[in-house]
Amino acid sequence: MSRGLFFGVTLAWFMGTPASAQDLDLRVGAETRVFPEEPVTPGAEDASWSPSITLEPEFDVDWLGGALRLSAEGFLRADAHDGERTHGDVRALNLLYFGDRWTLLAGVGRVFWGVTESRHLVNVINQVDGVEDLDDEDRLGQPMLNLTIEGHAGGLDLFWLPYFRERTFPEFGARLSGPVPVLGEAVYESGAERWHSDFALRWTQAMGPLDLGLSYFTGTSREPRLVPEGAEGFRPHYGLIDELGLTLQWTHGSSLWKLEALRRWGHGAPFQAVVGGIEYSLFGLFGTATDLGLLAELSLDDREPERAPATLWDEDLFLGARWALNDPNDTAILGGPVIDLDSGEIFAFLEAGRRIGMSWMVELEARVLASTSSASPAYWIRGDSFATFRLSRYF
Amino acid sequence: MMNRTSGMVRLAAVALLAAGPLHAQQADGGAEERGVQVAREADRRDGGWGTSASRITMVLTNRNGEESGRELRRQALESEEPGAGDKSLIVFDSPRDVEGTALLSYSRILDPDDQWLYLPALRRVKRISSSNKSGPFVGSEFAFEDLVSQEVEKYEYRWLRTERCGALECEVVERYPRYEDSGYTRQIIWWDIEEYRPQRIDFYDRKDSLLKTLSYHGYQQYEGRFWRPDRLEMVNHQNGKQTVLTFDDWAFGIDVSEDDFTPSRLRRVR
Repeated sequence: MSRGLFFGVTLAWFMGTPASAQDLDLRVGAETRVFPEEPVTPGAEDASWSPSITLEPEFDVDWLGGALRLSAEGFLRADAHDGERTHGDVRALNLLYFGDRWTLLAGVGRVFWGVTESRHLVNVINQVDGVEDLDDEDRLGQPMLNLTIEGHAGGLDLFWLPYFRERTFPEFGARLSGPVPVLGEAVYESGAERWHSDFALRWTQAMGPLDLGLSYFTGTSREPRLVPEGAEGFRPHYGLIDELGLTLQWTHGSSLWKLEALRRWGHGAPFQAVVGGIEYSLFGLFGTATDLGLLAELSLDDREPERAPATLWDEDLFLGARWALNDPNDTAILGGPVIDLDSGEIFAFLEAGRRIGMSWMVELEARVLASTSSASPAYWIRGDSFATFRLSRYF
Repeated sequence: MMNRTSGMVRLAAVALLAAGPLHAQQADGGAEERGVQVAREADRRDGGWGTSASRITMVLTNRNGEESGRELRRQALESEEPGAGDKSLIVFDSPRDVEGTALLSYSRILDPDDQWLYLPALRRVKRISSSNKSGPFVGSEFAFEDLVSQEVEKYEYRWLRTERCGALECEVVERYPRYEDSGYTRQIIWWDIEEYRPQRIDFYDRKDSLLKTLSYHGYQQYEGRFWRPDRLEMVNHQNGKQTVLTFDDWAFGIDVSEDDFTPSRLRRVR
């Protein structure tokens, strides 16, 4: 209470002092998802066109000549068919203080760790906003205290994460929701439940052509185990884990060699998982200004299916291509299949976008569940392949 | 006798043969030496700026006259150790979808540069390949290699001539990239003999055809030493497109250090 008051008073004082810089942005999006096939779950809503609108306001203001910054980012979506997808989130709301060789962030923030394209294996700080997409790239804001220390020995990030965000799931009966509901009232291994203090640290260093990151996380896993409760549904169980993570990239000529690896304790027997591969670019393809990037990434995951959260990445190969036109509109296309080498399951995606004028963007995204195995979690959403058409305007 | 004469003739012939290329070599060596000297003088006069910042507006015009713009800010740090390149940080303010995107570059002399891209939407710092030296910078007619620091050792030189260039007198020097992945066989550069400022560069593509011409306009002197243009115009002769860079708010001796040019610092930019 008194801490909140102190914070409020301090904030009010800074609000009253002249800002050295401020910036307010708003992105408004209108999109529709198109589902060409019927859902496989009996009784599921057969919405073949599913429109929604999004609002993404962003605000930041600097004081003390840029040494102190308030940063805010909101996200709102109204969806025609999925009540859970109609949601809002504070992606960021924090104060940043920039010291000489250190930065302190207090509040809700977003953090990304990783180098690979197909799977974001070691990226553990922020919870996945699961109603948004299947690519795990949309994340919920995470309350944190984050100290970054920089020196010649690289950068060290220390995190205290005092509050846990639960993963979001599509509304039962909506597209991509599966055969039974995901129940509320998640089960936590920690008695403190959402208020368990999680801690993390990460050290990064660039050494010539190598970029290295080593991380450690201890706390409540962002990945829930979905435990069946009879015919009622799945109950999310959030276990306590310890996890060591590694990111490594070797940049050599037109090739980027990438590796992410983790070892996790707490979800059954300790296991390791790895994703690694190459991105090779053909710059100035056939004498044009365009670039073609060829990607191959192999994913392996040793987790026990019975005691750890399910994963689609047990033994998968991603083969992809990225085509950048390098035109004034930044037209770019990325896509390719992810092939399960064990079951033969294929998941393919395509992402294309281009700018129109100075303030508009048009995007197309497709997620195709081409061949699913009955042993896979994706089996129940095999009728839910979709394409998203999105038009955004920046204000 | 016969033998001796033929021997003499042969000796003379050998001397002549040797003299021919030797002469050419000397003349060539002179042109090369003079070319390097001009480049070194230009580099010497522009040395010691330490740190700088500027605001840049880019206007891209296609052959139908349609324009699109970009606004960016650039900070640069001059390398203190000889043999190392400068460091630079470019932050985009527009178009809106790339606002906050930042590019950090460590330029090297002959080795590939180190480059990191910061993508604010994902909060992701991404090391990128710098082998696309000849690729267009954000869809413009400037290639990446046109915008990085022009260290003397990046090229071999040959002095061509001295001639009028507008109101000034210029040293005209041809230079050949020594680094890999260049899109050019050669460039011809005009430096005015008054202040050794680049006034114009002609770029020849890999087939040795004239590709682009860059011209420098509105030079102003800062800190009583450093000449900076207000405007750069790059015209592509092959596709009819052009890009104009306008510089504002040049500042020198800004409060930045090596520590501000690290990949982990990219998350700080706004």
